[in-house]
Amino acid sequence: MSQYVLRRLLIAIPSLLGISLVLFVVLAMAPGDPFAELATNPNVPPEVAAALRAKFGLDDPIHLRYLHWLSAMAHGDWGFSFVSRMDVDQLILQRLPATLYVIGSAQILALLIAIPVGVYAATKPYSLFDQIANTLAFVGFSLPTFFTGILFILIFSVTLDWLPLVYTTDVKGTGIRWVLEMIRQAIMPVAVLGLFQAASMTRFVRSAMLDVIRLDYVTTARAKGLGQAKVIVKHVMRNAMIPVVTLIALQMPAVFGGAIVTEQIFRIPGIGSLLISSILANDTPVVMAVTFVFACLVVLFNLIADVLYGWLDPRISLR
Amino acid sequence: MLDKKLRSMIDKVADGRMDRRAFIQRMAAVGLTAPLANQILALGGVAMAEGVSTYKPTKRGGGGALKLLWWQGPTLLNPHFATGTKDQDGSRLFYEPLACWDPDGNMKLVLAAEIPSIQNGGLAADGKSVTWKLKPGVKWHDGKPFTADDVVFNWEYAKDPATSALTIATYRDITVEKVDDLTVRILFTKPTPFWADPFVGAPNAIIPKHLFADYKGAKSREAPNNLSPVGTGPYKFVEFKPGDLVRGELNPNYHMPNRPYFDTLEMKGGGDAVSAARAVIQTGEYDFGYNIQVEDDILLRLEKGGKGKAIYAVGGDTEFIALNSTDPNTEVDGERSSIKTKHPLFSDPAVRKALSMLVDRESVKKAIYGRAGRTTANFLNGPEKFVSKNTSWEFSIEKASKLLDDAGWKPGADGIREKDGKKLKLLYQTSINGPRQKTQAIVKQACQKAGIDVELKSVVASVFFSSDVGNPDTYPKFYADMEMFQIPMTQPDPAQHMRRYISANVATKENKWQGQNYPRYVNKEYDAVIEAAEGEMDPLKRVALYIKANDILIGDTVFIPVQHRLKVEAAANNLVCIISGWANETDNLFDWYREA
Repeated sequence: MSQYVLRRLLIAIPSLLGISLVLFVVLAMAPGDPFAELATNPNVPPEVAAALRAKFGLDDPIHLRYLHWLSAMAHGDWGFSFVSRMDVDQLILQRLPATLYVIGSAQILALLIAIPVGVYAATKPYSLFDQIANTLAFVGFSLPTFFTGILFILIFSVTLDWLPLVYTTDVKGTGIRWVLEMIRQAIMPVAVLGLFQAASMTRFVRSAMLDVIRLDYVTTARAKGLGQAKVIVKHVMRNAMIPVVTLIALQMPAVFGGAIVTEQIFRIPGIGSLLISSILANDTPVVMAVTFVFACLVVLFNLIADVLYGWLDPRISLR
Repeated sequence: MLDKKLRSMIDKVADGRMDRRAFIQRMAAVGLTAPLANQILALGGVAMAEGVSTYKPTKRGGGGALKLLWWQGPTLLNPHFATGTKDQDGSRLFYEPLACWDPDGNMKLVLAAEIPSIQNGGLAADGKSVTWKLKPGVKWHDGKPFTADDVVFNWEYAKDPATSALTIATYRDITVEKVDDLTVRILFTKPTPFWADPFVGAPNAIIPKHLFADYKGAKSREAPNNLSPVGTGPYKFVEFKPGDLVRGELNPNYHMPNRPYFDTLEMKGGGDAVSAARAVIQTGEYDFGYNIQVEDDILLRLEKGGKGKAIYAVGGDTEFIALNSTDPNTEVDGERSSIKTKHPLFSDPAVRKALSMLVDRESVKKAIYGRAGRTTANFLNGPEKFVSKNTSWEFSIEKASKLLDDAGWKPGADGIREKDGKKLKLLYQTSINGPRQKTQAIVKQACQKAGIDVELKSVVASVFFSSDVGNPDTYPKFYADMEMFQIPMTQPDPAQHMRRYISANVATKENKWQGQNYPRYVNKEYDAVIEAAEGEMDPLKRVALYIKANDILIGDTVFIPVQHRLKVEAAANNLVCIISGWANETDNLFDWYREA
């Protein structure tokens, strides 16, 4: 087992190197530069813009810049933001808590809805409950988050005035008031994202359950006289969860990556909004660091999913 | 050195026979901006009017929290490194300049004790030096005194190329010397009619010597205080998260009486202009939102909620269409739009004139800019009353068609005019931005009716405005026949703005398209006018020269002005906020308060 994990980790190194190379080259060749706003500012002479480009190494050849970046990364230096003139890792760390809180809660909400609803719908296929769940799921994943987000704002902030429109990082107050305020301002974004995720996940759980529920061993379990609850939870769910685990594991990097659209609508200072503003400002070191972290997370969570398979189904052996 | 007539006018103001307002209006009649008119008075021996403060609160603090919404939040807090106004706005919360501009273009004292004038010995009569007296007893937030050494240090810091300060252009050609602890003298190399640039306004706020002295030059980016400012301003720094949040709290030792009004300050970043307008005007969650570039329809609808309103400030920003003087479709030595070519269609003045008549400025105002725009015939637009009176504009498809007919451009079989085998087909580019695409559509429609085929192109703003040499879609490369955008006028003086279009500044492959004359306009007469204006110390003559420069640009239809744009902000109904079209939004923040 530990040998398997070690081997997988070693294999990950060349693939991460490959990913970083592709990312770096694409970003280096992308149009625009971080000092764009200076070009229209009549106060800033062109020599200054040129000197800045030279100072930040933007005029070096691509391969030199890549090696530079790689050796710095190996030393734990994630780069230096052109726009904020501060270290990239600091920038990312500042944004991480909001992202983990909001997107993490949304994922949990999605799971809390999707698993019970999906399982129950699968036990009674084509019943009234199943029909309603299906219809709602279709509606849910047909509506994009930018639409539901604005709809929620119009209903709950503008018309009813129950919830705040803007997410603030440092809520005033301490103790219970702080907790309540944090929850209150996260309700809308968490609901928007969570319901969207839950919709597709419900469909997924339901079909995975249906695949398993018809198998002979389930019938055997029932014939032994086991209760419905035990059959479903112990026999069916455990096997049906394997594809669901894959799906969730692949969504985990997104928890760290944030949700670009939702963060923008509710002004959540998460990694998604950092990424989009850095892309717009052509702040390549930040874009590079964030995308590379995503890549690492995808590789890592794939590995975790594989390890989890072995636990869910001991017949799968990891060699 | 002053013109006789002007001299006598100034004397009248000095002994009270003419009031200051009347003088400024006379200046306005010749196209002079208010701040410049005030500076002329100062040069002529009448002290510059001090901006009148309308601040009412009678005690410091007690105003609660002030919540500002900057939909593009500041990303750093050192004014010398500010890449855009958002960073200047953020820095200005804590740092202060010697003086700033009020909405009428009058100077308001901040760290200076008095406005330099000839009487008080602050201004040299030859316009080559200015002496500032500093306010005594001012302290930095950490308790250290503010002195002339700090001012001199800012000059040394910014002018050092290794620092790569973006304020270098203001400081590299001047000399700043300390006279005594509370007096500094600025020496200019040539007579400088607009002397109020160094150390004045939000972009030129002053940073403390004792915290930055070790970080001058190449080490500038390592300074810990780049992200945690220690200034002299009304609010002390608490917290900064780049792009997201700036927080401050009341400075109990602030040097202006009864100020500031608010106990805490918060500047939140992120999102977009429409939702920012909503959060201020409709739901009232925030007190103030900056740069609300939103269609007027939407603002009017939001205002019905009654919690906030849109407010406007007049500056000198002009949205214009530039016409290419060179041929974008012919390559010479690997360069398109080369200065060695002539534009095949625009070399006929009739075509340029006709195009100018096909831009329906009134419709653009009505349909797009609303209260935030004014129609104009000028490239150089000061405040409302301060524009060249020699120009005019009209929209007429019939007249444009007749002009083209007379010049020999006849409609072909497909309805598109042609002459000598050249068809009137034009490529019209701009950046991606709602109002700009709508303007493009309005212009295209009128052109079609007049038999001109216009192809529209829109480029992402981050590419269009970049200085990237490798990209063909930037505005300096100008691989199109016409392009539309605006160049913000950051100073109440036209010198920098108008200098761009002299022949020596043409953007070429040789200068990596860093030449600022992107329409590639070459006119010896224009060059001569600008050169004369820059060497002219007589303010009235200088003004006349810049008006002439504007009239030449308009006469040759180098630019078709589309709209004189106003600054638009959103504010809570009970917030008294002082916004100047000639300054950053936070420049007058010390005078803001809330009405009961």
